[in-house]
Amino acid sequence: MTLTRSIQYPNPEPEVQTRKPGRATAMRLIVPLQGVVQGRGGLIFGSLIPCALFYFLQLYLKRHRSSNSRSNPPSPSTSSPNLAEITRTSSRSNLLSRGLIGPVRISSRAMSIAKPNDSPYYIGLDKASEDPYDRISNPDGVIQLGLLENRLCFDLIAKWMSENLSDSMMGREGGDLSISGITTYQPVDGTMELKLAMAGFMSRVMGGTVSFEPSQMVLTAGATPAIETLCFCLADHGNAFLVPTPYYPGFDRDVKWRTGVELIPVHCRSTDNFILSITALDQAFNQTRKRGTKIRGILLSNPANPVGNLLSREMLYNLLDFAREKNIHIISDEIFAGTMYGNEEFVSMAEVLDSENFDKNRVHIVYGLSKDLSLPGFRVGMIYSFNENVLAAARKLTRFSSISALTQRLVVSMLLDTRFIEEYIETNKKRVQNMRDLFVAGLKTLGIRCADSSAGFCCWADMSKLIPTYSEKGELELWDKLLNVAKINVTPGSACHCIEPGWFRCCFTTLAQEDIPVVMERIRKVADTSTLCS
Amino acid sequence: MRVIVPLQGVVQGRGGLVLGSIIPCALFYFLQFYLKRHRHDQDDQNESNSLDENPSTRSPSSGKLAQLPGLTRSLSRASLSPKGQSGPVTISGRVSGIIKGADSPYYVGLRRVKEDPYDELGNPNGVIQLGLAENNLSLDLVKGWLAENGKEALLGNGEDPSISRIATYQPFDGLMELKVAVAGFMSQVMEKAVYFHPSQVLLTAGATPAIEILSFCLADAGNAFLVPTPYYPGFDRDVKWRTGLQIIHVPCRSADNFNLSVASLDQAFNQAKKRGLKVRGIIISNPSNPVGNLLSRETLYSLLDFAREKNIHIVCNEILAGCTHGNEEFVSMAEIIDLEDVDRKRVHVVYGLSKDLSLPGFRVGVIYSFNEEVLAAAKKLTRFSSISAPTQRLLISMLSDTKFVHSFITINRERLQRMYVKFVAGLKKLGIEYIKGSGGFYCWADLSGLISSYSEKGELELWDKLLNIAKVNVTPGSCCHCIEPGWFSFCFATLTEKDIPVVMERIQKVSEICKLNC
Repeated sequence: MTLTRSIQYPNPEPEVQTRKPGRATAMRLIVPLQGVVQGRGGLIFGSLIPCALFYFLQLYLKRHRSSNSRSNPPSPSTSSPNLAEITRTSSRSNLLSRGLIGPVRISSRAMSIAKPNDSPYYIGLDKASEDPYDRISNPDGVIQLGLLENRLCFDLIAKWMSENLSDSMMGREGGDLSISGITTYQPVDGTMELKLAMAGFMSRVMGGTVSFEPSQMVLTAGATPAIETLCFCLADHGNAFLVPTPYYPGFDRDVKWRTGVELIPVHCRSTDNFILSITALDQAFNQTRKRGTKIRGILLSNPANPVGNLLSREMLYNLLDFAREKNIHIISDEIFAGTMYGNEEFVSMAEVLDSENFDKNRVHIVYGLSKDLSLPGFRVGMIYSFNENVLAAARKLTRFSSISALTQRLVVSMLLDTRFIEEYIETNKKRVQNMRDLFVAGLKTLGIRCADSSAGFCCWADMSKLIPTYSEKGELELWDKLLNVAKINVTPGSACHCIEPGWFRCCFTTLAQEDIPVVMERIRKVADTSTLCS
Repeated sequence: MRVIVPLQGVVQGRGGLVLGSIIPCALFYFLQFYLKRHRHDQDDQNESNSLDENPSTRSPSSGKLAQLPGLTRSLSRASLSPKGQSGPVTISGRVSGIIKGADSPYYVGLRRVKEDPYDELGNPNGVIQLGLAENNLSLDLVKGWLAENGKEALLGNGEDPSISRIATYQPFDGLMELKVAVAGFMSQVMEKAVYFHPSQVLLTAGATPAIEILSFCLADAGNAFLVPTPYYPGFDRDVKWRTGLQIIHVPCRSADNFNLSVASLDQAFNQAKKRGLKVRGIIISNPSNPVGNLLSRETLYSLLDFAREKNIHIVCNEILAGCTHGNEEFVSMAEIIDLEDVDRKRVHVVYGLSKDLSLPGFRVGVIYSFNEEVLAAAKKLTRFSSISAPTQRLLISMLSDTKFVHSFITINRERLQRMYVKFVAGLKKLGIEYIKGSGGFYCWADLSGLISSYSEKGELELWDKLLNIAKVNVTPGSCCHCIEPGWFSFCFATLTEKDIPVVMERIQKVSEICKLNC
């Protein structure tokens, strides 16, 4: 934390980076200094504070040093003669006692990651994967409504695969070139063929209103690393992004874990049907600024996950204005762009940028095939950016997350098969819509209302009537009952950082139609006991 | 940031209180001065900017503002807008370093080959690739297998439900079946001397992210790893870029045949310590890349002792374990650890199928660790770098085909051996000395006789000549941080036997030019 705050100086220089990792003790100094710098403190403050801090530091070092030398007296004397043989042996002996004491430790950042899952989102996912429901073989298992996966059109994909697989993999001739095309090193940011195919697919999915430029694409192994890579590129350790809540629980890992970037929730409420307001954004921006944290951007999902609503064209304009005013970036996660089922029109950030003369450099779109082509197992994600620098950096960083060449080739031929794609998109839309209607109607019979939505694989259901107390605790109690008594894994709103308790995310595309009555029956059971209690 | 560096000097140099207060204050004044000047500039720009900008876009947005309630918002807007609109939006400091950093000759050369690749018939004047560690010698075997079994491997036996095996979310750290298969393959490659436990295996999208993830798990930003030089040029990116770690070079010399000595490790460790750096581990490649020698059992033991003594980790990159071609015996760190029952927690092995199965395009890497905490953290981090499910399915059946795997390993070894002998014979004819290698695709050769000045500059001049006149892309030793100038790495596994005379002729041409000039 302390390290990178320091990079907030106006012109972070590259050499700084190499030196930065110096010593943590001295680095701590800089943080309060910066507060003064940014708060425009006077010269007196600016001299008193560093001096005082420096004195304390010296004091601390002195105490620290003396205790050290007491424990192993030979070290100061032997370390001064330069590199003679003596140093080695003597240091060895005095380190031995220390080295053998504890076991080897892992890094502190890994330590916090290694801790067992505490979010109900991951606990539920684990539980459901340990004991998955199956109509015939495991009718008492946990029904998975927590993972955003679409199984409604697997028959279409399976059919395509069995017809075209060998041709697409080996090439029609099975020539020499085709094999080395999948086994040898390929560009880490994806092959040009796949970028072209993706560009075509994306504009088809978004209704043909936008065209995407393959040269502005960077392909990654899933949308998860796409988001992480963008965070690395747009923000330094200790900076923050604004995120409207409720948001996808995975962002907490994707954005924060390795990059050290913070997420500032911007709360949306049920009274606005969870639609983002610029006022709330502005408020969150100012509050964060006051705390001394630098905000580098806004992270949006459009269509929103979990609520499933869309950002209107007007809202996109306002967001762009806001971003320009504050000079921050916009990351627009449009991974659900192709799973629309309402009558509302989806507007991509790319479309808005095309039509108006905005500063394109601050807009970055995340996309992937996990949702729109229901192929999460293929791990195909994308960064689409208008910023040359971001593209250059992201291209280099994809070395840590590139897609297997075999998969790329498979996806290329799938995407280029326009007849299949057309059929898939149309059928998928119908089936998703159908499932949603059935599911929402089922919840309605139980007296559970869903937020209005027009896209995605899940409904955002209001179960606040079923919770024993109107609080996060009450919500988690209900979640626990649903998971352990009713054996249904749903995602509680608190995992999505929703500010109002009692909302739950239920994914319906993992189900078959026959499962819906089962789900409803199980919820009813819990609902009955809950209302009895209260 | 600049402020802090001199301060540190004072702290560690045990400067007095007076110095310690004058310096920070002075620096702080300068900083403020600088900031002030800088801010003025920006404001000026803003004013001109906002004048230029078409007023039409601004006014409607402020109109929209008026519709919404909330006094604070419009106020803060007004006060912020001159500053907010300042320059163009910036990217993060950490990646601007990544973009700016000039590419090393290693990457420059690779790009040149890509633009103008040699082809015996199609482009006989193109650049010959000797810089990329890729093995094309046994591609025909892989191709044959894929043609026969590819479809079945992906789809099972054509049953419908099998599609959910590849289309749905799978565990990020790899399917258990593939872990079992890879563990089996690893022990087969290492001649069954070791048993690898599938539960200690994590799969990543290539060995590159495997190394990065381990770096994240073993060290915090600002810590350092010891790495014997010459080392694989990619480490500079894998270990340092995003993790904020440093690499401390531990030079190996031609006099020792570039073998690692614990004495120089110790020296580097102490120097780093003196500079205030915390060393968290050693990264070694065995078989080494680019030199191609193996670490002896004895060296491995002393490395372990060293690591224990300093309480640091060992990351052992054994990605070339199956590409040994001499008579020397390869010993895996896992084997040593198996025998020695203590202290397993500090050993982490990196592996992958890019080299030993010559499938770099498939992006399959392995972290094999004995440390449960590392495994737990790394497992979660594989979400950023997982292997696509169709690739995993294909590999499960490929690796389970023991007959194929066995014949692949044997034939591949034979072919590597033959190419190595031929290539080395060619170099010998030109009077070029080399280090005798027993593993990998490289030949580490001493061209110091041809360089104009015994320095990195001279070496890069020769590299430039080789690339642009002879049209041969080799990796200069300086990219691998070799301490002695004039060494070059030649990767021979991308060639066919027919190419060897062409390469030798091209090198000879340059060597004649160099000798004339000398």
